[in-house]
Amino acid sequence: MSSPSASRAESFKLSQLFNDTRYRSYTFQFIALLLLIMLFAYLGSNLAQNLRDAGLNISYQFLGEPAGYDINQRLIEYDSQSTHMRASVVGVLNTLLVAILGCILATVIGVVVGVLRLSQNWLIRKIMAVYVEIFRNVPVLIWILIILSVFTAILPQPRDFRGENPDASMLWDAFAFTGRGFYFPKPIFEVGSGIVITTFIASIIGIFVYRAYARKQLYEAGRLLPIFWPSVGLFFVPVIVMFFIMGQPIVMEYPSLQGFNFQGGIFARNSFISLWFALSIYTAAFIAENVRAGILAVSKGQTEAAASLGLRPGRIMNLVVLPQALRIIIPPLISQYLNLTKNSSLAIAVGYMDVTGTLGGITLNQTGRAIESVLLLMLFYLAISLAISAVMNVYNNAVKLKER
Amino acid sequence: MSKSELAFVRHEILPEQAPPVTEAGIVKWLRDNLFPGPVNTVLTLVAIYFLFKLLSGAMPWFWNGVWTASSLSECREILDGATGGCFSVLTERWNQLLFGFKYPSEAYWRPTLAFALLLVSIAPVLFSKLPRKLLILTLLYPFIAFWLIWGGTILTPLMILLGFAAGYVAFHRTEAKGFGTAALFGVAVTVLVWWLGSYISAAAPNVVALTPVPSRDMGGFMLNMILGTVCVSLSLPFGILLALGRQSDMPIIKWICVIFIEFIRGVPLITLLFVANVVLAYFLPPGTSFDLILRVIIMITMFASAYIAEVVRGGLAALPRGQYEAANSLGLDYAQSMRLIILPQALKISIPGIVNVAVGLFKDTTLVSVISMFDLVGMIRGPILASTEWNGIYWELWGFAVVLFFIVCYSISQYSQWLERQLQRDHR
Repeated sequence: MSSPSASRAESFKLSQLFNDTRYRSYTFQFIALLLLIMLFAYLGSNLAQNLRDAGLNISYQFLGEPAGYDINQRLIEYDSQSTHMRASVVGVLNTLLVAILGCILATVIGVVVGVLRLSQNWLIRKIMAVYVEIFRNVPVLIWILIILSVFTAILPQPRDFRGENPDASMLWDAFAFTGRGFYFPKPIFEVGSGIVITTFIASIIGIFVYRAYARKQLYEAGRLLPIFWPSVGLFFVPVIVMFFIMGQPIVMEYPSLQGFNFQGGIFARNSFISLWFALSIYTAAFIAENVRAGILAVSKGQTEAAASLGLRPGRIMNLVVLPQALRIIIPPLISQYLNLTKNSSLAIAVGYMDVTGTLGGITLNQTGRAIESVLLLMLFYLAISLAISAVMNVYNNAVKLKER
Repeated sequence: MSKSELAFVRHEILPEQAPPVTEAGIVKWLRDNLFPGPVNTVLTLVAIYFLFKLLSGAMPWFWNGVWTASSLSECREILDGATGGCFSVLTERWNQLLFGFKYPSEAYWRPTLAFALLLVSIAPVLFSKLPRKLLILTLLYPFIAFWLIWGGTILTPLMILLGFAAGYVAFHRTEAKGFGTAALFGVAVTVLVWWLGSYISAAAPNVVALTPVPSRDMGGFMLNMILGTVCVSLSLPFGILLALGRQSDMPIIKWICVIFIEFIRGVPLITLLFVANVVLAYFLPPGTSFDLILRVIIMITMFASAYIAEVVRGGLAALPRGQYEAANSLGLDYAQSMRLIILPQALKISIPGIVNVAVGLFKDTTLVSVISMFDLVGMIRGPILASTEWNGIYWELWGFAVVLFFIVCYSISQYSQWLERQLQRDHR
């Protein structure tokens, strides 16, 4: 067997590079790599030529220059004298804010709708199906614009709250929903509030510790400790006691009407509210379908088997159905979160200043640094989605069926 | 013991009675489906109340709708304070909504005809029971549609078609020498014919010519349809190639595909549209400028092919290993085994996923309004809402957009579900 291969190796022909399976894959990869390098070289030389012609260069110095524009909704200190870098950071925080709040609201609505789609009630089932189909089959951009127009057109203007007998009134004197945006009470943290918050966090950790202890007792000593009421007690009692011991350090600042507008409190512009709401109900329609599919995927035999073991309905749900359904629901759920985050870039259509609006919008237009801005923008979204896929991989490995 | 001692003996069978009224018919249905328990009763009543409020608000709005006014103020005069929709914005701006505001009005029949032909030529692809000969129309359709929508001489699409045909013939003749050689030869012949053809069509610009319409004049729902169909059909072959590349044993090719797919899937479409709008021009040879719609088509196609690649990869991974091994054991080479054994099965599995990507992509074509192209959403936000006649009208226009997109996307997704059922039957 050795002599033919040896003789073939001696008489190596060029056609073997294409026809011999031993070398062919190297040839193809070499050609692919060569083509790729040539493509990049071609694009790069075009870029260099174009930049030279336009008298430009690639530089990130513009990030340190004053931005010169204002951002009306921000989580950190910012004014028009701040740098483009800081404007981008404000945008990033705004993106993260709307993405996180959107994911929470979308999950809540999506789970409720998904469960209701399986309800006994025919009318509810049909209404939920109509909701899901309508929202899934119309572009999210249209929903964002519709909800913005609805909020602006239907909700009262701040001036309607004025006078002895106003057209509109605040909810519990604390919340005002206007066509310009929503006003909420704002907590003011005074001296000593840090201790109250620390107590709160500590009691939440305490709840988890207690539950772990109770589980350990159940498995090792066979004693069934109460879970629900001790958890509720741990949640509320220490923080309330500490709140009064420290002399009520957290107070609410309520929005109040002064002149033609509201002052104080937290002001959420209607661009933010409509974007948040539209993204949530759009994504919720997809999440509802995932939830429904996940619950349906757990076979009825599982529920019946658990019931025949004598488990109560609550425990059947917690111990048998949910663990199996969640394994199916969570991966698509996380990719819906990713979609929501990417769709939040549509903020630019309603004027909410997320990172696409600051870095990819005004900064890009003012400085003309298109390549640099778009590249940074892409890297930001790429980083987020890679982080989310990393989380998903960890989860998938954790819940993977462990086979022998 | 005589019979008379018994108190009562029935001699004849009783007639059948109807079931209790609560256990049959509509009452049973109502009890089971609307009022099975206290919680559900409350839910039903609340739902009925909201439906009633919604309908009682919306019905007069439809009934009193004004279809003939020429501006919002005139429409409000006609309504005279009553609730009613100003649907006249739809009738008055109908052509703008569908074709944009620059497309020559005497040529509206061309995109309309192209749309009708689209329905006819896509039917044999969707429904396998239709006569297979219609597929010829499907193959010719891209060239007819290009000629109809963009206009110009018919020689341009004809030469492109001729190039493809010549390439196919060349490929077919040399196929015995191996797939790679034949493909290379076919591509060479195609390019040669295109190169020659470009001179011919440039020399005779008036042979069977329609008025040429530049790309920047496309708009309205037509633009959404163009972008959707072109990008979906272009992204299918690229997506399949990327998926095969990602499954490949060759590390360099695999990594090129992985990086491309993950990069595209990781960024929002809007950033890619920014690239098309402001960045792409820097990477082209100085002096070349090709129009925005083409640049957008390139970027959306890249976007869609990355997603389709992932769907096809799922299909490839779902095939049992035995299929790959069987193909190898028959002595088929890579191209043959993919073409004859693997891809037909893998694509069949991934059809529902591909349709989902297509629906998502069609919805995403509205994003081009952000880079100031006038698709349906761009038309509504721009020229129509900004005009003095119709400033301040929302429900009618957005409702129209919702209805248009819903009809298209819902029918595509219903088709996909139908097809899934059909395919399931095959597997049984």
